[in-house]
Amino acid sequence: MNTHSLDPLMLNPFLRTKRHFLVFSVLLSLLGAHLNLQAQEKTLNIYSARHYPTDESLYSDFTKSTGIQINRVDADDAGILARLKAEGSASAADVILLVDAARLWRGEIDGLFQPIQSKVLEAAIPPQLRAKPSDGGISWFGLSTRARVVVYNPSKAKKEDVDTYEKLADPVNKGKLCVRSGSHPYNLSLFGSMTEHLGPAKTEIWLKGLVSNMARSPKGGDTDQIKGVASGECGTALTNTYYLARLMRSESVDDKALVAKISVVFPNQSTTGTHVNVAGGAVARYAKNKNNAVLFLEYLASPAAQNHFANGNNEWPVSKGVKFDNPALQAMTGGTFRSEVLPISAVGMNQIKVQQMLDRVGFR
Amino acid sequence: MTAYNRKLSTQLCVALWVFMFSRRLFLFLISLCLAIPILSILGAWLQWDALSFQILNEMSQTVLPDYVLTSLILCVLVAFGVISMGCISALAVTLFDFPGRKFLEWALLLPLAMPAYVVAYAYTDFFQYSGSLQQWIRLSTNLDGAVLPDIRNVWGAAFVLSVCLYPYVYLLTRTALSERAVHLMEAARLLGADLWRRIFSLALPLARPAITAGTALALMETLADFGVSNYFGVQTFTAGIYKAWLVMDNRIAASELAGFLLLFVFIVLTMEQRAQSRIRFGNANLSSPNTETQPLPLDFAQGIFCFFVCALPVFLGFVLPVVIMIQYFVSNGFSNHVPWSRFFHWTFHSLRLGVITALIAVAIALFLAFAQRLAPHRYTKWAIQISSLGYAVPGVVIVVGLLLPVAWLQNIWPQSQIGFLLTATIAGLIWAYLVRFVAVSLQSIQSGYARIPTTLDDSSSMLGVSGLRLITRVHVPLLSRSLSAAVLLVLVDVMKELPATLMLRPFNTDTLAVMAYQFARDERLGEASLPSLALVVAGLLPVILLSRSLRHK
Repeated sequence: MNTHSLDPLMLNPFLRTKRHFLVFSVLLSLLGAHLNLQAQEKTLNIYSARHYPTDESLYSDFTKSTGIQINRVDADDAGILARLKAEGSASAADVILLVDAARLWRGEIDGLFQPIQSKVLEAAIPPQLRAKPSDGGISWFGLSTRARVVVYNPSKAKKEDVDTYEKLADPVNKGKLCVRSGSHPYNLSLFGSMTEHLGPAKTEIWLKGLVSNMARSPKGGDTDQIKGVASGECGTALTNTYYLARLMRSESVDDKALVAKISVVFPNQSTTGTHVNVAGGAVARYAKNKNNAVLFLEYLASPAAQNHFANGNNEWPVSKGVKFDNPALQAMTGGTFRSEVLPISAVGMNQIKVQQMLDRVGFR
Repeated sequence: MTAYNRKLSTQLCVALWVFMFSRRLFLFLISLCLAIPILSILGAWLQWDALSFQILNEMSQTVLPDYVLTSLILCVLVAFGVISMGCISALAVTLFDFPGRKFLEWALLLPLAMPAYVVAYAYTDFFQYSGSLQQWIRLSTNLDGAVLPDIRNVWGAAFVLSVCLYPYVYLLTRTALSERAVHLMEAARLLGADLWRRIFSLALPLARPAITAGTALALMETLADFGVSNYFGVQTFTAGIYKAWLVMDNRIAASELAGFLLLFVFIVLTMEQRAQSRIRFGNANLSSPNTETQPLPLDFAQGIFCFFVCALPVFLGFVLPVVIMIQYFVSNGFSNHVPWSRFFHWTFHSLRLGVITALIAVAIALFLAFAQRLAPHRYTKWAIQISSLGYAVPGVVIVVGLLLPVAWLQNIWPQSQIGFLLTATIAGLIWAYLVRFVAVSLQSIQSGYARIPTTLDDSSSMLGVSGLRLITRVHVPLLSRSLSAAVLLVLVDVMKELPATLMLRPFNTDTLAVMAYQFARDERLGEASLPSLALVVAGLLPVILLSRSLRHK
C-alpha cells in the first residue's frame, strides 16, 4: 500500500495547505453572500442605460428624501432590452431608463413596460414626449431631450452652407463632413426622422451625398468630431448638444481653446426643426416594487431632478414650466429653438430601413 | 489466493467502471453547459424566416464581403505581429544572457494587463489629427495637415491587438523553451551546430505547439474583439453580427452570422489540433530544473541590441499607453473629486469575479484535458472542440446564446425563477465567462500535457496509480507551471471582459472594466483613465505572480 495516498490533503491541489483552504472558503462564502436576496420593501431596482456619471447625485437625493434604497445596473439600451426579455416574469427590474427614442419604442412594442397612471407625470410631461395611452395607462415617459446639431469651423465652412441637414450633403461641403458611425443610435434616429420627412428614396440620395462629402471615414464619438472641427481636419460635423455643452462649460485650457475655434448651428430652423432625441423612463412589466417605481419616475419629473438633467448632463428638461439655468445651453440657442415634431414610433419603425440604406451607400 | 485475486479484480472492475461512467457523464454535463450558448446560436439556423433571410440577403449583397475580407486581413496581420514579437522575445530571454534580461523576462508579460480597448483609447487620442502629438509636431515644424498616419484603420487595429496579445505567444513559447530547449541547445552546441541552425532546427520546432497555441488564442481574441474595431471604425465580421442584432433587432440573422464565425473558428481549431497531434513531444528529462544550463552570454553590442528588441513590445504595449493614461488623469481626470470608496468597490468586484471564474475554469479544463489524454475518443475530442469554440465568439453573442434558452425555460416554467437566478446572482455571469475562457486554460494545460510522455501514465497505472490520483499525484505536479499560467490568464481575461459583464452582472456590482467603458462611452477619457489604470494595476498583480511562479518552479 502506498502510504502517501492516505494523506487526505493531497487529494485536492487547492486544499493542500491551510492557507489555500482559507482562501478557498473565503471565496465560497463570497459566492454564498450573493445568494442572499435583498429585502423587498424600501427598495427600488433600476436598469439604466444612462451612462452619465453626473447622475449619481440624482439617485442619492431620491434615497435621502424617501428612504428607498436604490439598486442599479447600468448597461446599454440593447443589452437592457435583451436582459429583460430573457428574465421574463422573474425579472427584478422595477424601473427602466433608456436614452434613445427608438429603443423606448422598441421596449413598448416588445411589451417590456407596464402602462401606468400618474396624474403627476401626465401633468408634467407634454404628450408628444410620452407613449400613446394604452391599456388604461401610459407605458413610458420622456424625461429629458437632446438636440442633434451641426458644428462648423468658420475658417473652413460658411454658416449658410451648413444650416440644414440637407445641405450637409451638398457638393459645396465636399471633403468637409465628419460624423460618427451611421449605425450609432443617435445617427439612426436622426436618419430615421429624415426618412419620415423626405421619404426613403430622397433620404438614400441624401445619405449618399453625406458619404461623398466626408473628410474621413466615420470613427470615434461625437466629441472626436467636435475636436476634428476645431483642429481643422473637418469643416463641419454632427453632434449631440450635451457633448458640446460639456466642452463649453469645461474649465480645462485645452477645451476652452477648442470651443473658441468652433461655431454651432441648430439646423432646419426655417423648415422642419432641429432633430431632438429623448431619454426616458418606464415601469418594468413585472415590477415587484411598482409604487416605488412610479414614485421614482415622478421624482425624475420634479423641478429638482429636471434641473439636474439641465445642469448635470446639459440636457433640456421636459417638465412644463421648469426654469433652468445652464449658460452653455443658453449660449447655444440664444434662448429657444424650433425642434422637430414627429411621432417617435415613426423613427423607431424606420431603423432597419435606415441601416440597409447605410449599407447600400457605404456609410459605415 | 486466486479467490482473493478474483475478488480484488471484480472490485477493481466495478470501481473502474463507475469511474469511467461517471467521468463520461460528467464530461457530457460540462461540455453541454459550455455548449448551450453555442448550440442555441446554431439552433437559429432552424428558425430561418423571411425577414432574417431578407436582412442577410441584403447584407451579403452590400457589406458582408467587405466584413469577411477585413476580418481575414486583420487575422493575418495580428498573426504576423504576435508571432514575430512573441517568438523573438521568448527566444531572446531564454537562450541569451544580456543586460536587463531578468527584468524583461517578466516585463514582457505586462501588456497582458492592458485591455485592448484601453490601449486603443490611449493611442487614438494621442496620435489623431487633433491629438497632442500631431498638434505639437504641426506647431514646431510649421507643417500643415496630417503629419502622421491615422491609427484608426485596419492597420492600427492590427497594431493595437498585436501589442496587446503577443504575450500569449511569448508566455507559452517561453514556457516550452525553458523547460527543455536550453538543455538540448547545449547538447546541439557541443555537437557543433551553429546558432541559427540551433534556433531554426531545434528551438523553434520544439516550441511549435506552444507558438500555435498562443497564436490561436490571439486570433480567437481578435475575432471576438468588438471594442477596438468599433472604436477604430474597422468593419469586421463581428461588427456585422452586432449590426444585425442591435440595429436590425433580428437575433436570428445575428445568430446565423455568428454561426458562420463559429464554423471558421472550428476549422482553425481542427487544423491546429491536427498540426499538434503530429508533433507531440515527450520530455525525456523530467529531472529537477536545478541543473538548468546557463543561457548564452552575449557581447555588449549584441546585448544592447537584444535589450532593445525585447523592450520594444513592452514599450508599445504597456509603457506608452500607461504614460498617456497617466497624463490624461493628471491633466483632466477627476480633478478635485476622486471617488476612492466607489473605486475600491469596483476593484473588489473585478478581482472577486476573476478569482472565482479562474479556479472553476482551470478545474474544468484540467478535467477535459485529462479525459482526452486518457481516452482520446472521438466523443471526447468533440466535447473539447465545442468547449473551446466560445473563446472566439464575441461576448455579446454568448450572452444572447445564453439568454435565449433561459428565456424559453423561464417562459414555460415560471416557478423555476431561472431568469432571476441567472442575473440576480453572479451565476449567469460566471457561466458566460466559463463559456468564453475555459478555452484559455485548456490551451495552456493541453500544451503542458503535450510535453508529458504518455508512457508516464502507463508506468503510473502499472504502479497502481490511476484516475483521480493520477491527476493529483502525477499530472498536477508536472503541470504546475501550466496550471498557474492558466489560472492567471483567465483571471486577467475576466477582469478585462466587457460585454457579458455589462449585461449580466447583478445589481450594484460595477467592475473596473464596466466603469472604464461607461466613462469612455460618455466620451470622458480623462475620467476613464482612473478605472483603466486601476485595471492595469489590478492586472499587474497576477502577471507578476505568473512570472514569479514560472521562474521559481
